[in-house]
Amino acid sequence: MISIWFFIGVSLLVNGLLILGAGLFEWRNPPAHPTVHLFHLHANVWWGALLTLIGAAYCYFFKPGQKKA
Amino acid sequence: MTLPYAAVETSHLVHLAPVDLAIVIFYFALVLAIGFYLKGRANTGEDFFMAGREMTAWVAGLSFLSANLGALELMGWAGSAYQYGILATHWYWIGAIPAMLFLALVMMPFYYISKTHSVPGYLKLRFGEPARAVSSVSFAFMTVLMSGVNMFAMAKVMQIVLGWDINVSIWLSAGTVAIYVAFGGLRSAIFNEVLQFFLIWAGALLIPILGLYEAGGWANLKVLIAQRASDQYVHLWSTLGSFSNNPMGINWVGIVFGLGAVISMGYWTTDFLVVQRILAAKDLRSAEMAPIIGAGFKMLVPLIVIMPGLLGLAVLDQKLVPESVAAVTGAHSYNDVLPLMLARYCGPGLLGLGITALIAGFMSGMAGNVTAFTTVWTYDIYRPLINSKGSDHHYVNMGRWTTVIGVLISVGTAYLVMQFASIMDYVQALFSFFIAPLFGTVVLGMLWKRATGAGGFLGLLCGTLSSVGMWAWVKVDPLALRYVALSPNAKTLAQDMFQALWSFLICVIVTVVVSLATKPKTDAELNGLVYGLTPVPSVGNIPVYQKPVFWAGIVGVVFVILNVIFW
Repeated sequence: MISIWFFIGVSLLVNGLLILGAGLFEWRNPPAHPTVHLFHLHANVWWGALLTLIGAAYCYFFKPGQKKA
Repeated sequence: MTLPYAAVETSHLVHLAPVDLAIVIFYFALVLAIGFYLKGRANTGEDFFMAGREMTAWVAGLSFLSANLGALELMGWAGSAYQYGILATHWYWIGAIPAMLFLALVMMPFYYISKTHSVPGYLKLRFGEPARAVSSVSFAFMTVLMSGVNMFAMAKVMQIVLGWDINVSIWLSAGTVAIYVAFGGLRSAIFNEVLQFFLIWAGALLIPILGLYEAGGWANLKVLIAQRASDQYVHLWSTLGSFSNNPMGINWVGIVFGLGAVISMGYWTTDFLVVQRILAAKDLRSAEMAPIIGAGFKMLVPLIVIMPGLLGLAVLDQKLVPESVAAVTGAHSYNDVLPLMLARYCGPGLLGLGITALIAGFMSGMAGNVTAFTTVWTYDIYRPLINSKGSDHHYVNMGRWTTVIGVLISVGTAYLVMQFASIMDYVQALFSFFIAPLFGTVVLGMLWKRATGAGGFLGLLCGTLSSVGMWAWVKVDPLALRYVALSPNAKTLAQDMFQALWSFLICVIVTVVVSLATKPKTDAELNGLVYGLTPVPSVGNIPVYQKPVFWAGIVGVVFVILNVIFW
């Protein structure tokens, strides 16, 4: 049976990649008038990267056939 | 806590970029995929209704916590933090942690070894059929209503925040929940609750991180709140000496005894919606560890719920107002504070994740209610009262159909709430009627062997009726609040706390008096159901650091330290 943690990993990995991609795009093409506060911190880049790393780790350690839920 | 629906409907709080929509769509695809995947693993009653009783402590614990971490909770308590300050944290600490630890160490062994399918099922074993009938029928009725309320709340919030059509939101969420619960049963609901737990933290944790950065740290945040609101908003206990010294209009008696000793004990130990998650644990140690793990994380939840409300007080330019004022003026209400803070800090992608976390919270709230309803209907109403001779396969099919019917009733409730918004307030009040007396009945049943069936039934009935009576009294004559809550300065939340306290005491007194006047069961009949007559099974010969009592002690110490720090 596929571990629940694998599904969590897939969710974090996909969401992390999407957020990281959006953040990098926005970093290279900054809006003239940012709508969010603290835009200069580029939270979506480092938060997206963090989610991607955690998601990838979960996918690796709980990939189907490795561990039980 | 009120429904966040009165904000401006002509302009949306946030606008989603394509990447945000992709994240929302991916969430729906993933939960449906999980439901389809688990379809083949829910063929027996034990699988469908109890998730095969094979969940680990971590899965059961996170699911247990998530069942109470719905979006209504998140948005409502963030709004309460804006309205009442850090006092709202009591609902996460003293209003949860002692009860979770009590459930783990005292009550869970009984639920677990009695192998009951539900809390009403335990009442049947301990007090007989009448107590179960009262409990199961009222619980089943309330769960479908609450599921409908969740559905409507989600649709309304999505309309306000994103501009989505309310009908599309209702049917999309109902269809998704019906599919994944009907296919995978409780296991599917648990999987999605754990997924929701991660999504909520991933989507909401940035708000306190960036908010504290903007405010200049916790010390500076307290100064800003004192300047813009009052110093009373940042103290957990020091303002609770009297009703008039704090924005909540309550005192420490109401918080400690009403909330901590009765309401939270009632909710966390007898509400089948949350207890069902623990009953799915694979062994006794996991069943005891699950609430302790839940308690550990519960202590952290104020970071993503209370902190955004406090940050809103300090950094938002606009002043938020009560729902009633917002409905007239078009200003943002207290309950909008979480989406407002989300929009303040979260750009493309992060916004989608935050919105997905809210959607996940609403949907798992619905799924939790539907799975609890399905189990109680099938095992505590249909089987004992309608058809007691069906096969296991028959009851699983009944569970699947009940899931679909439960969701359809919820949709009907959602449309009913749409027509009559005040139903929302009544439903929440109704729920509170049963919690406190039910705790009195269950705890006396477990700890006092002299409690009889007649005592348990009449105590439960009188406790519930007294709660309804006090609520109706204050509804008819608001000045009666001074008698129910023992102070002319008491406010609404104080009423809830004292109403629960009195109804609990009435339940206990009636149960004791009637029990002493009626014939008790023999010791042999109570074996496995009452402390002192039941050999409580050991969690095994394991090292100290693996024992539930050790971790409960650590959680208890951290709980005390946190209360002292924020005194």
